[in-house]
Amino acid sequence: MSGNDTSHASGHLHLRPESKEPYAPDVLEQLRTDAAEVIARYPQKRSALLPLLHLVQSVDGYVTGRGVSLCAELLDLTEAEVSGVATFYTQFKRHPNGEYTVGVCTNTLCAIMGGDQIFDTVAEHLGIGHDETTADGKITLERVECNAACDYAPVVMTNWEFFDNQTPESTVQLVDDLRAGKEVRPTRGPDRVCTFKQVSRVLAGFHDGLADQGPGAGPASLLGLRIAKDNGWTAPAGESDSTAAPTDGTEGSK
Amino acid sequence: MTDTLTPILTKFWDAPQSWTLATYEQHDGYRALRKALDMAPADVLGAVKDSSIRGRGGAGFPTGMKWSFMSPPDGGPRYLVVNADESEPGTCKDIPLMMANPHALIEGVIISSYAIGCEHAFIYLRGEVVHVYRRLLRAVEEARAAGYLGDNVGGKGVKVNITVHAGAGAYICGEETALLDSLEGRRGQPRLKPPFPGAAGLYARPTSVNNVESIASVPGIILEGPDWFKGMGTEKSTGFGIFSLSGHVANPGQFEAPLGITMRELIELAGGMRQGHKLKFWTPGGSSTPIFTEEHLDVPLDFDSVAAAGSMLGTRALQVFDETVSVVRAVSRWTDFYAHESCGKCTPCREGTWWLRQIMNRIENGQGTQDDIDKLVDICDNILGRSFCALGDAATSPITSAVKYFREEFEAGMHTPAHVLFPPEKSVLFDVQTKETSGMVTA
Repeated sequence: MSGNDTSHASGHLHLRPESKEPYAPDVLEQLRTDAAEVIARYPQKRSALLPLLHLVQSVDGYVTGRGVSLCAELLDLTEAEVSGVATFYTQFKRHPNGEYTVGVCTNTLCAIMGGDQIFDTVAEHLGIGHDETTADGKITLERVECNAACDYAPVVMTNWEFFDNQTPESTVQLVDDLRAGKEVRPTRGPDRVCTFKQVSRVLAGFHDGLADQGPGAGPASLLGLRIAKDNGWTAPAGESDSTAAPTDGTEGSK
Repeated sequence: MTDTLTPILTKFWDAPQSWTLATYEQHDGYRALRKALDMAPADVLGAVKDSSIRGRGGAGFPTGMKWSFMSPPDGGPRYLVVNADESEPGTCKDIPLMMANPHALIEGVIISSYAIGCEHAFIYLRGEVVHVYRRLLRAVEEARAAGYLGDNVGGKGVKVNITVHAGAGAYICGEETALLDSLEGRRGQPRLKPPFPGAAGLYARPTSVNNVESIASVPGIILEGPDWFKGMGTEKSTGFGIFSLSGHVANPGQFEAPLGITMRELIELAGGMRQGHKLKFWTPGGSSTPIFTEEHLDVPLDFDSVAAAGSMLGTRALQVFDETVSVVRAVSRWTDFYAHESCGKCTPCREGTWWLRQIMNRIENGQGTQDDIDKLVDICDNILGRSFCALGDAATSPITSAVKYFREEFEAGMHTPAHVLFPPEKSVLFDVQTKETSGMVTA
């Protein structure tokens, strides 16, 4: 491998020639309509850059050359400025991403609780390493940093949905199911895992209507509450109790 | 006497569809907003100040004081930016809070915006939690439809809008000025201070950046009063907080308690250590806070007591490790993390974490040299206090504290790999089919 191996994860933003092919007119029109909506959310349009890069990934599956050019044009930036931002953040992909990103947490706590074994097992099973994609284009495997679910360690994220309390076996099953095209349900998330492109569109701020699916909290999140209820422990009473403020009858439900 | 646990923000996380507006209103939701709108903004700010609540994002700066340090109104925009970039290793309180009870944050944002004169608030959520993003987007929609957001909040002519913004994977964006740069569409790198965000923050306008839990605590303070809040916790660390236990306890989980609870009490609530094992070391507030050992089990978990014992309360991210764990392996992995997440802006952190990583990795592999421990401590000394932001300082905390309490394990790293001294399969939470891992080195 040469020192300029641009396929390497830590390489610079490598733009394949085909990634600069123009968008089809209808795709471009939709992108411009969506982008206008994103830009309108902010007092200054440059703030729209991160969501717009998510939007590009929702169409192209990674940050393409044409996507960089479009963001630059829409926000009055240079392509270098856009690329500079795109290369800073790990969620922006520099080469075509799999349909599902499977991220095994290998930060200290999850690693020690079993994340290292999970990563090694799944990597061997799939025959790929960190930031590599299976030949069928289904799975991109990653080591991820702490994803704020340590009480469910070891944790695996699939397209940024939580798979709690994993084992090497459960994760192998997960990737096999994903590759077989089966619907896969996260522990705490919607009824099924969406594709990388679908999730990227949500991250651009476009709601997919799945917020009401899945649980509010998992068992570990509820542990303290359950113990408090068992013991009759509560927060002290405050002003609202003594004043017994009347409700004005506009409450959403009874 | 306050009860051991005080569920407030977590109170109805077990309700069916706990995240909806309907559930929130069944539990006094938006009553605090109605009360606040009947008060003058200065009085709302005053109440938060009176509560003495200190920021829940790690640094512990008093929230009300932060607000009052903002430059006075000059007719131009003022911003509230909620830091929902929860990424500190071990920290897992804001994400479940926003998933189960997003309206507590939304109501807090509206009241806080009213208090500081902000008409457009932002919630900067890390991008790696898509379901939480859905819940926040939905909560904003519901609040807007109910008239709690928009140009005429609660029919009082108050204007507040919220944009929920997803990041894209960068720990450094939890640093408030890096977060602001990121929100402005730039690489997330910290800014030189002063000017502080209160004078020149988002778009160079007066801005307050506050943690999720701090803002979500505001409705309670307004509805129940500052004295209610001060009735919990300690004199200088008032109120309650969510304590997150993870790792080798029997039952990891979230515990909402007055500040000042001890680790001994919390481990007991978590069912003790996992069966047959004993505590070795733990972090009080995430990987960036110096580690503690068994001798610190009775330190009250409030800002000042933890600081006096040589660490920081941080985010109450209590990661627990038992005697099967190599402290060298744990610290080595955290060091990998800091080197990976260093933004590259300042030399001590960019270069220093790179060197720390080389040395930690060779000690972990049993290939440390005679002077490596001194070199580690020396590099830490050169990073601490000399880097642009707290990330560099944080990178040194696990190393210097681990050397202090477990120096002999670092010394052993001159001849024996950590995985020989502490076989990793003994630490995992599932049954391991014994199999040689690739690259296994024998001593």
